[in-house]
Order: sequence, then C-alpha cells, then structure tokens
Amino acid sequence: MAHGPQAGFKRWVYTTNHKDIGTMYLWFSFAMFFLGGCMALIIRAELFEPGLQIVQPEFFNQMTTMHGLIMVFGAVMPAFVGLANWMLPMMIGAPDMALPRMNNWSFWILPFAFAMLVSTLFMEGGAPNFGWTFYAPLSTEYAPPSVTFFIFAIHILGASSIMGAINIIATILNMRAPGMTLMKMPLFAWTWLITAYLLIAVMPVLAGVVTMMLMDIHFGTSFFNAAGGGDPVLFQHVFWFFGHPEVYIMILPAFGIISAIIPTFARKPLFGYSSMVYATASIAFLSFIVWAHHMFTVGMPIAGELFFMYATMLIAVPTGVKIFNWVSTMFRGSMTFETPMLFAVAFIILFAIGGFSGLMLAIAPADFQYHDTYFVVAHFHYVLVPGAIFSITAGVYYWLPKWTGHMYNETMGKVHFWLAFVGLNLTFFPMHFVGLAGMPRRIPDYALQFADFNQIASVGAFLFGAAQVVFLFNVVRTVMGGKKASEGVWDNAQGLEWTVPSPAPYHTFSTPPAVR
Amino acid sequence: MASESSYYVPEQSKLPIFATIGLFLVAFGAANWINDGSSYIFFTGALTMAAVLWFWFAAVIRENMAGLNSEQLKRSYVWGMGWFIFSEVMFFAAFFGALYYIRNFSVPWLGGEGALGSSNMLWEDFQSTWPLYVTPDAAAHGDNAKFLGPKAVIDPWHLPLWNTLILLSSSVTVHIAHVFLKKGQRNKFNVWLGLTVLLGIGFLYLQAMEYYEAYQHLGLTLESGVYGTTFFMLTGFHGAHVTLGTILLLIMLLRSVIAHHFKPDDHFGFEAASWYWHFVDVVWVGLFIFVYVLGA
Repeated sequence: MAHGPQAGFKRWVYTTNHKDIGTMYLWFSFAMFFLGGCMALIIRAELFEPGLQIVQPEFFNQMTTMHGLIMVFGAVMPAFVGLANWMLPMMIGAPDMALPRMNNWSFWILPFAFAMLVSTLFMEGGAPNFGWTFYAPLSTEYAPPSVTFFIFAIHILGASSIMGAINIIATILNMRAPGMTLMKMPLFAWTWLITAYLLIAVMPVLAGVVTMMLMDIHFGTSFFNAAGGGDPVLFQHVFWFFGHPEVYIMILPAFGIISAIIPTFARKPLFGYSSMVYATASIAFLSFIVWAHHMFTVGMPIAGELFFMYATMLIAVPTGVKIFNWVSTMFRGSMTFETPMLFAVAFIILFAIGGFSGLMLAIAPADFQYHDTYFVVAHFHYVLVPGAIFSITAGVYYWLPKWTGHMYNETMGKVHFWLAFVGLNLTFFPMHFVGLAGMPRRIPDYALQFADFNQIASVGAFLFGAAQVVFLFNVVRTVMGGKKASEGVWDNAQGLEWTVPSPAPYHTFSTPPAVR
Repeated sequence: MASESSYYVPEQSKLPIFATIGLFLVAFGAANWINDGSSYIFFTGALTMAAVLWFWFAAVIRENMAGLNSEQLKRSYVWGMGWFIFSEVMFFAAFFGALYYIRNFSVPWLGGEGALGSSNMLWEDFQSTWPLYVTPDAAAHGDNAKFLGPKAVIDPWHLPLWNTLILLSSSVTVHIAHVFLKKGQRNKFNVWLGLTVLLGIGFLYLQAMEYYEAYQHLGLTLESGVYGTTFFMLTGFHGAHVTLGTILLLIMLLRSVIAHHFKPDDHFGFEAASWYWHFVDVVWVGLFIFVYVLGA
C-alpha cells in the first residue's frame, strides 16, 4: 500500500481509494449543482414577469421536475457521500472504506444514471414533466414515453445509494481504531451511520414504487388505477414513506458537519454530545411515521390527519435540542468568523426558519391553505438550501485545506458567503408571502398581483447563482495552489483528521492510531 | 480488533467500471426494450454483468485463499450481506404495505364504506369484496371493462401448501448442510446442499404450474384488477428471489463439489447464500399467510 496514485485517467476509473472516490463524488455533485441550478434560473427567468416569455409550459414543467430530481439525487446526496468518503475513514482512524471496490462502483453508477436521466430531455415527448414527486396518474397514464428511462435511472441510482450506505455502515461499525468507542465518534460519523440506515430502509421502497409505476404503465397492473381496484393515493403513501426519510437523509449529515464546525470556531467542545446522538436517532425514528403530512389534503380519515399532525410536531423537539446545543456551544465561546463558521451560523438561523415554517405546515387544518402553494416551496428551500447546501459548502471550506494542503482565499470565501446569504433570502423569503397569498407552485404563469415578489425572487436567484461561480473559482484556485496549510489548519480543530499532514497522504492510517 | 493493520485494500480494480457499464446497459436496455421492442442492449448488459460478477467473486475467493482477508475484512462482508438482506426486506415491505392499504382502505372506500366512500359517484354498483372478483371497472362497464376480475383465485390448501412445506424443509436441509460443513464432512454437506437446490427447483416448478393454472383456467392475470396485480407482483418478486437463491446455492454446491472450496471455519460465501435462502423462506411464510390464506 505504499504506492501513490497512478497517473492519468486510470487513477480515477480504477481507483479504490476513498479520497479519490470522495473527490469524484464532490466534483460530480458540484457539476450537478450547476446543472440543476441552471434549470432553476430558467424557472426564475420565466417567472420574472407574469405571462409566458421564455419557455413553453411543457418545458417549464420539465425544468421543475428535472431541477428537483437533479438537486436531490445528483447534487445533495452525492455531496454528502463524497464528504463521508473523504472524512469518515480519517475521522475514525481507518485505512480506507470497508469495501473499496464496491465504493468505486457506487460512484461510477451516478454519471451513467444521470446521463440516462438527462438524456430524456432530448427524447420524443420530452423529459419527465410530472414534478420530482412524480405523483400517479400524472406519472403513469399521462406521462411522456421517457418515463421508462426515468424509472430505470431511479433504479440504478437507488442501487448506488444502497451500496454506498452499506459501505458506510460497514466502515463505521467495523473499521474504527482501537479505543474509538461509538460514543467517542465525531458526530459526523454518527449522523452518517443513522443516515445510511435510513437509506437502506427507504431506497428499496423507492425502487418498489417506481416498479409499480412501470407495471401500471406497461404491463396492465392497476396499483394506482381505481378502475382495477387500485388507488392513486397509494402512490403517495408509498412515495412519501420513502420521501420523508429522504428529507432527513439530506439533512442529518448536515447536522454532523455543523457539529464539527461550531466547536472549532467557538473554541469550546460541543455542548451535549450524547443528547445530539439521541436527538439524531429520534429524528430518524420519527421520520418513518410522519409521511402522510405531505398528503393532508388528499382525503384521509380524521384519525390519520391527527396522528400525522402530532407525530410531525414531535420532530420539533429533537430538532430543538440540536439548535439549543449549537447555540450553547457558541455561548461565551471565543468566536471567530471564518467562512466555514459564517456558513454554519447562517445554517442555524436559516434552517430554524425552515423548521418553523415546517411546523406551520404540520398543522393539518392550516395546511389546507398552504398546500401546493409557494409557501411550501419557500419552506423546503429554506431547509434544503441553507440546510443541506450551506452545510456542504461550510464542510468544503472547512476541510478543503486538509484535502488540498492549501488555504482557500478568505476574502473570496466571505464574498461568496454574503452573496449567497443575501441572494438566498431574496429568492426564498418572498415566496412565503406569495404562497400565503395563494400563488400555486409549479406554474409558468401567475396572476398580476404576485409580480413584485416574484421579481425580487428572480433577482435573488441570479445573485445566488453568481455566488456559486465565486465558490467554484475559489475552490479551483485552492486546488491549484495558495498558502500552505498546517496539520491542524484551524486554531482548535479536534479529531483524528487534524493529526495527519495537509494535504492528507494518499493512504492514511495504514496502522490504526491510538485513541484515548 | 487486533488485525486492523492488515486490512486488505485492493490497489486498483477494473471490476467496478465494467460492473457500472453492465448495470447501465441492463437499465438502459430494459427501458429501450420496453419502449422500442429491441432487446439487444439489455442482453449485452446482462452478459456483461454476469461476466463481471464471475470475475469479481473469483477475485474475492482468490484473495481469501491467498490469506489476504483478515478477520476484520471478513466482518465487513458479513455486515455487507446482512444490510443487503435488510434492503431486500424493505423492498418486499413496500409491496406488502401496498397490499395492506388496498385491502383494508382503498377497496372498502371504493365500495362506499365510511366517510371517504366514493363508489356511488364514480363506480356505480361496485361492491367491495376480497378477492376482488368484480373490479370497479367491470361493475360499471360489464364485459367491456379493461380490467375484468379473476373468475377464481388460487386455493391455498393445494399447491401453495405444498410449496410452503417444500420451502420450510429446504431451510432445514440447508441448515443441516451447514452443520456438516462445520464438522468438516464434505460429502454429507454436498448431499444436503444438493437436496436444498432440488427443493428450490421443485418449488419453482410448482410455482410455474400455479401461474399456468391461474392464466389458463382462473382468469387470474396481471391485468385482472388489483387482486391479480398484488398476487403476481408479490409472488413474482418472491419467485425471482427464489430463482436467484437457487442459483446462489447451486454455485456454492459446484464450488464445493468441483473446487473443494469452503473450510469448516471459513465459508462465508456459503453462509451468505444460506442467509439469503432463509430470507426468501420467511418472505414466503408472509406470502402464504397474507396473499394466499387471508386472500382466498
């Protein structure tokens, strides 16, 4: 294992190295982030004014669908897996991931799957146009022919996720350095362990629901067709049984990243470590019994409405524990605000806003007004953009010196942060107002009175997009060169990853480190 | 955890990228086959996948025989198989859940039960029953309906009962084989494992007869409304898993007979296949109860 990486493309295609694979995951996710982002900008450009200016409604629907699918499955999930690949073996003192070849397979499926998914844009009848939630019968009876390719793309994406999750669980449970007990693991390892469990539990359910669609479309079954005795609402139940845990799959690793960054820049140990672990586990458990809060208006028995309402509200408790712990960690700390910390603090504030609007949506009787309006769009973008995206960004700035051996440009990082922060709030905050006023989601045209807020949102979106170009530039510059980073990089960073040189050698911990 | 320092990390491998290409061709080819009727890509992919799996497992076996696999690495394989089976459990859970929802909620609602009952508006004269001999479509449109219900369903106390006995005893035989393997009695291991494979094939044969009966005589098909849908999807996916499990066990048998693989204390390949076999057995018990007995 003394060898370094092979030169040329073979290094990346044949690699079994967790750092190489992590890097590929991260770059792939970055590419998808820009692709999905461009689609979002097409959406925002069309919505700058009422009426139809730039695209036709059919294409607009394809954009909303593909934007959602690409961001969820192409940008956010692979980014977290990339961070897991890079950091978990270093954090727990392992030589690599537990199953290195399968690790490479998990990654390489993704570009192929997305090539297949994106190619639907050029197929007859266009790309999937039924929303990323692909409700039947829109996605069955009324779907374009390309839906078959969408279904099989989801199948292999799911296989990739399941293999990635199995690998992460095996790594965490089996590869920890001696002395690294479970309750001594960094929270990023804990949150990923629980996330991986969620992935293995729900990705097969997603495979099941797209299989049901496939059978309904092509083989005459009637899962979602009332004529044969099925029920379109069944689709929603099965989909959201996957979909709600999926939401937490996209946020639990973020909690782990934030729990690493806040203590470093507050120069205090994390407040309430074990309560963080239990809160994460509680959120994961609750995620399995709240799915129908996405379906309050579909026509459920009152007992169902009540159960899902109260169960959903319960999630606020462990989430509150987490917010409390992060704030308490910062309390009376000697704080500095380098770029990762800026993103982390913004995460706490803005994610809390998204959490509160979620609480509003959880109230079943009130949800009848909010359902399918821009309020919902505002809510889930507040949890996903400053939640998932900001935490990933924070993680990248935080660990980039460890990966590359160079410090990123702090000024440019701050410019990126403030542009993104302002752009994000300009984009998504007005959506609360137009949503409450009744603007429905997923439409290319809207009533005149929503124009002002929509224009603000569109300007914000382009600002946010521009911020990401700064980010890309900063990352590339740091990879190419820059000030040398020390082993510890930060003032007070704790954990095994800060005990190895920067950049981290190709193989770390061939012999396990001792953990006190 | 004494052996971490010798954890074997393979240096480079061509296997994953070929596996990716194989899987992609299977997926893309399947979609292409369904949409355009051409199956070449699919079968190219399937052959590629089969070849990759052959070489991949061969590599793992070779590494193990060369002594590269530490106890710790073997534990990784154990975890991997365990969680893979859990993912399969969740796949079946989706279909069992769908059956539960259809039987207990949506069909009664279609029949007008409760506050959500809608039949009088949409499907006049539809009666909620299970098995669903008359679909809502058939109730409203008679013989012109697209979804005609089945004339009859499979009697659980004939073929399915036999199949239950066959699969349950095959779980016992595979366990006995395991016991002999641990005692180092290869011949007895081969016999009992061979018996298990035969039982698996017997099960599949009876299942095929049952499908033939359903299609030819009972009018029970994939298209016969939601009863046929749930019946064939649940039993069909189970049958596919039995097929895979039988192939796995057959490969283990050939490995033992031809290549004398497996040692009394080192035989996880066989163990993993037997876990998989127990898993399809448990799923069958669920099917027998919820699809056949409670469904007839």
